[in-house]
Amino acid sequence: METLFTPFASFGGGLLIGLGAVLLMLGLGRILGATGIMSGLVFAESGSEFSWRAAMVLGMILAPGVIFAVTGSMPQITVPVNPLMIAVGGVIVGFGASLGSGCTSGHGVCGLSRLSVRSLVAVPTFMATAALTVFLIRHVFGG
Amino acid sequence: MKHIYALLTGLVFGIGIALSGMMDPAKVLNFFDVAGTWDPSLAFVMGGALVVTFIGYRLVWRRDAPLFGGRFQVPNSSAIDAKLVGGSAIFGIGWGIAGFCPGAAIPALGTGRWEVALFLGAVAVGFILRRLLTQSQPSAKTA
Repeated sequence: METLFTPFASFGGGLLIGLGAVLLMLGLGRILGATGIMSGLVFAESGSEFSWRAAMVLGMILAPGVIFAVTGSMPQITVPVNPLMIAVGGVIVGFGASLGSGCTSGHGVCGLSRLSVRSLVAVPTFMATAALTVFLIRHVFGG
Repeated sequence: MKHIYALLTGLVFGIGIALSGMMDPAKVLNFFDVAGTWDPSLAFVMGGALVVTFIGYRLVWRRDAPLFGGRFQVPNSSAIDAKLVGGSAIFGIGWGIAGFCPGAAIPALGTGRWEVALFLGAVAVGFILRRLLTQSQPSAKTA
């Protein structure tokens, strides 16, 4: 299925993603990694570590509603894969991101901008396996 | 106050994710489908985010401490080990199957789509499986 090429919206959205990461560092001194934030909620270790993550996640979840309130239209998403693939993919994402200590936000945005050697290895690795997976599913197995 | 700040930080990040197209699995999977219905938009997301974090982090680190106290907690490991590479490779496979990553799925939950809740539940299962199988400390750290 084709999707529209949206360089300006994507770049603008990227600026805000970066701003969110910088604001978190400025206020709380933390890296904005969704894997770390989410695993901090799943494995709550202390109340204070849990509560700022919960507040942040709440803000993230409110974002589409705020966009709806301002623009009158809810951001649309298209899920082109079946529920089994969502579930299996999700377990693999959680396992891998936890083992590799980060995902697109932690390694991809925060790590690369810090020129972290670990992130400079992690990002090309997960980009390559994601591209290979999509190629195999769409063009080899004909999913 | 700290929690309101964290919520607003999450909101900025989430609006960025929504505008950028990152939370739309159709766009994410097309970004990786160079041999098919390629949509390069998401490269602009990463570009925008990195411009802001690259400059913004360095400005923030001129301060002695974050606004709400404590210290800047930046991972300083540079170990390139099997966990990093293997975990990242596994994460990419899951990302390529489902089309969601954690940082995009959390804001996407706000659209009310049940597939997103399924994905995030599966990610939490992946976190727990990883903890059970590897017997090490959970990754509260990222990148």
